Amino acid sequence: MLNEAPLPNPIRPAFGAGENAGTTIVSIGPSHPATHGTIQIIAELSGERILRADVHCGYLHRGFEKECESHTWHNLIPYVDRLNYCSALINDFAYCDAVEQLMGIEITPRCRYLRTLLAEYSRIADHLTCTAAALMELGAMTAFLYLVTLRDYIYEHLADLTGARVTYSFGRIGGLARDLPVGWLERLEQILCEYDVFVGRVHGLVDRNRIFIDRMRDIGVLSSEEAIDWGFTGPVLRSTGVARDLRKDTPYLAYAELDFEVPVGIKGDNYDRYYVRMREMDESVHMIRQLAERLPQGPISVADRRCTLPEKQLVYSEIESLINHFKLISEGPQVPAGEIYSAHEGANGELGFYLVSTGGGVPYKMHVRAPSFVHVGGIHRLLEGYQLADLVPTFGSINMIGGECDR
Amino acid sequence: MTAPVHERIVERWSAAALETAVAHGTLGLVIRPDLLVDVVGSLKVEFGFDLLLDVTAVDWPQREPRFDVVYHLYTTREFVRVRVKTRVAASAPVVDSLLGLYNSARIAERECHEMYGIEFRGNADLRPILLYEGFIGHPLRKDYPKQREQPLVPYRK
Repeated sequence: MLNEAPLPNPIRPAFGAGENAGTTIVSIGPSHPATHGTIQIIAELSGERILRADVHCGYLHRGFEKECESHTWHNLIPYVDRLNYCSALINDFAYCDAVEQLMGIEITPRCRYLRTLLAEYSRIADHLTCTAAALMELGAMTAFLYLVTLRDYIYEHLADLTGARVTYSFGRIGGLARDLPVGWLERLEQILCEYDVFVGRVHGLVDRNRIFIDRMRDIGVLSSEEAIDWGFTGPVLRSTGVARDLRKDTPYLAYAELDFEVPVGIKGDNYDRYYVRMREMDESVHMIRQLAERLPQGPISVADRRCTLPEKQLVYSEIESLINHFKLISEGPQVPAGEIYSAHEGANGELGFYLVSTGGGVPYKMHVRAPSFVHVGGIHRLLEGYQLADLVPTFGSINMIGGECDR
Repeated sequence: MTAPVHERIVERWSAAALETAVAHGTLGLVIRPDLLVDVVGSLKVEFGFDLLLDVTAVDWPQREPRFDVVYHLYTTREFVRVRVKTRVAASAPVVDSLLGLYNSARIAERECHEMYGIEFRGNADLRPILLYEGFIGHPLRKDYPKQREQPLVPYRK
């Protein structure tokens, strides 16, 4: 034991102790009960005020992009699920959309509506998770349980559809894994009614709660210019008053046909981020109702042999379908050479997929523009100048997801 | 889909750009590395591309110059995307940093640096971000074998 070399430090902090007289350096994380995510924050404190913060991520890095270069386009769907595991379906559909654009495939109307519906449903689950966790860390256990109860209704409802609670692998290039089971939309409406009840209670509990406001108002303030400069997108950018939302600005899926608003905040503090997320969920519920009402009939996958698997019955009975099945499974869908950057509005911001294909069944390059990673690059701006205790609600309001941040 | 701003950019930079093409709603510009800051600066100031989304690279081991360094930009006024690419050789994989224009370049360049070994001149903070101190090599280069093992941080006894 004594002869061992000293442990190498996996990170190199940007600043050390003793640089400034009277300050203290503390290392928070990477495994800390209040940072629900493996992230390490080196903070220089003067008293309890954070002077400087150096944020390190990467503890969940698993070589996602490298791994993608040796699997077929279809095989990546379970991987992209694990980027933002709070709203896995949004990742699925954003990825499938990028591949479909490269292949020049237009999905069926029913698939388009279902994907939009499921993406909004996932957004609600994601915002519920984020808000619930942030509230719990401030001591609002009841509000946490209300929101997580609702989230669990959604998870179980999605499990009825996909067979999985969290990581669904439900998207397919050119469609979806399967159509809705009987009675799914009826249960959906029930859950949306429950949503009004539970979220209404949370509004009543915390919106005008003195403790909550004191902890959230004017904490972690971000200006619009700074937010754009540091690459913030999604609810964080909108909380500063910038109504930028890809669903409105560059409509994809069925968003152009829907009526919805883009809620914005006033000054980009923690309270605004909380409120923007709560209002976005209301808009998502409004969109889901419209989509469920207008859901078109028809097939859910395109009839295109380049990507859609033939029916099992045909695989067993005719040689063309058998070969087609084999080719799609062992070589993967043949994607023409080209490159694309395609972005969807993820629950946390712009979720972009940059794909490079040289033709063939395997991507040459796959890069994810993950909102959480970009946000980690600028999060120190929200921490510096505030109290150490504010770190917890501020970090919670960003909703950094380790899966997509660290890839 | 060609946006009017795309046409204006092509008009402004077609003489200097090696390639310009619009595909899938994104204008792709290929430029020389020494023009990078000029072109991106002009995109930001003249054309309103205020959001630097992403910095990454693509490795083409058989090609000379070997690396594409790829930038994605977006304008929050006209909702249009531009991809700026520049090519650098494996012997000197150096480009100028965009830190003077966008603070979001800070973390994105760090990631690109560790994954591909691209040097960003002017970015003083190129510490590992997703990988750890002491990681050898650049894992997203095509000649980095997927199975290679790294000296792991030893477990505490």
